Amino acid sequence: MVKKIFFQLIFFNLFFLKEVFAAESGGMPQLNPEFWISQIFWLTLTFGILYIVLSKLILPKISANLELRKSQIQENIEAAEKQRESSEAKLKEYDDIISKSKLEANNIFKEAREAVLKEINVKKETLDKQIDEEIKKVEQEINLLRKGASEKINKIAIETTSELLVKLIGTEVNNSSISAIVDDLSKRNGDKYYGN
Amino acid sequence: MAANPMTQFEVYRIGPEIKVGAFDISFTNASLFMVISSLAILVIFNLGSKKNSLLPNKIQLLAELSYTFVSKMISDTAGSKAKPYFSFIFSLFMFVLFCNMFGMIPYTFTVTSHIIVTFVLAAFIFIGVTIIGFIKHGIGYLKLFVPSGVPIVLLPLIVVIEIISYLSRPISLSVRLFANMMAGHTMMKVFGGFVISLGVVGGWLPLSFSVALTGLEILVAFLQAYVFAILTCIYLNDALNLHH
Repeated sequence: MVKKIFFQLIFFNLFFLKEVFAAESGGMPQLNPEFWISQIFWLTLTFGILYIVLSKLILPKISANLELRKSQIQENIEAAEKQRESSEAKLKEYDDIISKSKLEANNIFKEAREAVLKEINVKKETLDKQIDEEIKKVEQEINLLRKGASEKINKIAIETTSELLVKLIGTEVNNSSISAIVDDLSKRNGDKYYGN
Repeated sequence: MAANPMTQFEVYRIGPEIKVGAFDISFTNASLFMVISSLAILVIFNLGSKKNSLLPNKIQLLAELSYTFVSKMISDTAGSKAKPYFSFIFSLFMFVLFCNMFGMIPYTFTVTSHIIVTFVLAAFIFIGVTIIGFIKHGIGYLKLFVPSGVPIVLLPLIVVIEIISYLSRPISLSVRLFANMMAGHTMMKVFGGFVISLGVVGGWLPLSFSVALTGLEILVAFLQAYVFAILTCIYLNDALNLHH
């Protein structure tokens, strides 16, 4: 406290007691009041100019720069956010399209398969019918041939027998008697020959 | 020169004697370093605010970091109401800082090592803060001296103590800065003198001390500027937001 009062005294005495202190403060140049007024004047001048220039010209610029940067960064962040959202939407759209087209492709594949299968079935059926018909026809023919065969064989047998008799014995035998024998034989052994 | 470590604080006239009436306002070495400090601040911050690129260059970064540093300091201690005084506190901080820092260069003069300079600054702050307080709160500003929750018996004593502490603010503020700067520079000068007088044989110890002290003094130079500015903010806070 004493120290503080001391300095206060120095300060207020400056205007009245210049010479006294100039003599006393040989040790500390700070307490020599010779240039105090000059220092106060130049401090006021330089600090005043510094304050005015800083507050009127430079600091508003720096503040504006900072604000501008802040808003610019904010804008950029917002733009990035927007783009991210739009890209996400697009990605979704793309996914939708892909899944849709997959479904479509599946459908098309199924339809095509069914159509082909149907065609194959139809063709198979018609072919089967044709085959059945042919088989029936052939069977009928075979049956006809089989039925005709015994008579023809009998005829051949009768004729060969009469020829053989002519060549062997030299006599003509009545065909009706031979046919009776052949008929009789064929009736007895028909089963053996034709396998009916 | 080495004999007296106080000669570094001597003020001498540069150029002719200028007198206005009875007052001597000659240009001195102190004035020279005030001008140099102010010019350096103006040049640096002008360069730092000229261009505005999204990625700031070094000097712009420096200016903007200082700006945000001071602005944060003010808003932390004095709140948002102190915004109109930002320019003043910024100028004050930068002026004290640059004066302190220029004083660290050998053969320069430390403006803030003079009590008259720091006292004028502190007195201006004190008067300004008091005026702001009375404008904002009228006569109610005197409630600052009456803390709440104090027993009535103690009140007269407390009020006296508060008034004394309030009135001693400019003195404590100015003496803190002045004494720190003066003590540091004197000590460095003394150790520098030891280096010379002890010579090659014994001078190494004081030399290493001197090196360490230089680092410390640079720290003190920054710290004292910071303390000066932050105390101004605290006084301003008292005037703006009457908390007591």
